[in-house]
Amino acid sequence: MEPTEILFWIISGIAIFSALMVLLSKNPVYSVLWLIVVFFCITNHYILLNAQFLAIVNMIVYAGAIMVLFLFVIMLMNLNTITEPRRTLWIRLAGVVSGGLLLTVIISTVRSAVDLNDKKVLMNTGDIGLIENLGKVLFTSYAIPFEISSILFLSAMVGAVVIGKKE
Amino acid sequence: MPIQYYIFLAAILFSIGVVGVLIRRNAIIVFMCIELMLNAVNLLMVAFSKMHYAAALTADAKTAVGTDAQLFVFFIMVVAAAEVSVGLAIIVMMYRSVHSVDINFLNRLKN
Repeated sequence: MEPTEILFWIISGIAIFSALMVLLSKNPVYSVLWLIVVFFCITNHYILLNAQFLAIVNMIVYAGAIMVLFLFVIMLMNLNTITEPRRTLWIRLAGVVSGGLLLTVIISTVRSAVDLNDKKVLMNTGDIGLIENLGKVLFTSYAIPFEISSILFLSAMVGAVVIGKKE
Repeated sequence: MPIQYYIFLAAILFSIGVVGVLIRRNAIIVFMCIELMLNAVNLLMVAFSKMHYAAALTADAKTAVGTDAQLFVFFIMVVAAAEVSVGLAIIVMMYRSVHSVDINFLNRLKN
């Protein structure tokens, strides 16, 4: 096995384990920390795929900004003293079964898809994930969606302030 | 790497997110599971982008096939950031009025 493949398996294992720990942790603070581990693993996957710009953005935006926001809110609410009400055993069982069924359907579909046979993902090389190529396309053919997303951000910021402020 | 492995990984992460939304009652955990699902889709999109790039590379060495998918991932991240800011504000507001983040309180939004 090449080093890239070994890294793929290790990072995937860590990602799945920490995603499970997000669900299984009792304390929400631990859940946030495990979710940061998941995002870190996904960033490493982007690096393996040579999508460098997305790797950096994922690290800064998700693990940096969004998760800190989550932590802030949890600290603000002082949630770790309150015990979370739990769903009944039947509902939890039904949730796990339906999630597992979804996974089974996706996996069996993908395994029987003839189109996906012998399709390889290019790893380690390739220029399309570099910021030069992405920036050129983003500011030419995607200029209007880019500007619209800035308006979306502005309205989200105004909305968050309006919702969050005390009457 | 065959594309199937990436699809399986993304499907597993997505299903874990779905199970989390279904079985947890803490609104913040439910929100985090939605983020997990978004990230699984992002990872799959980048993998597909590199798959199509690899297929096009044999015909043309200077091709830029697959750039669009990576830009879509970028836009998904933008929308997710906006969504998190508004969603957390709503959760904070809910906590202020009912002193709990149990999503079952959202069953009766009227009061």
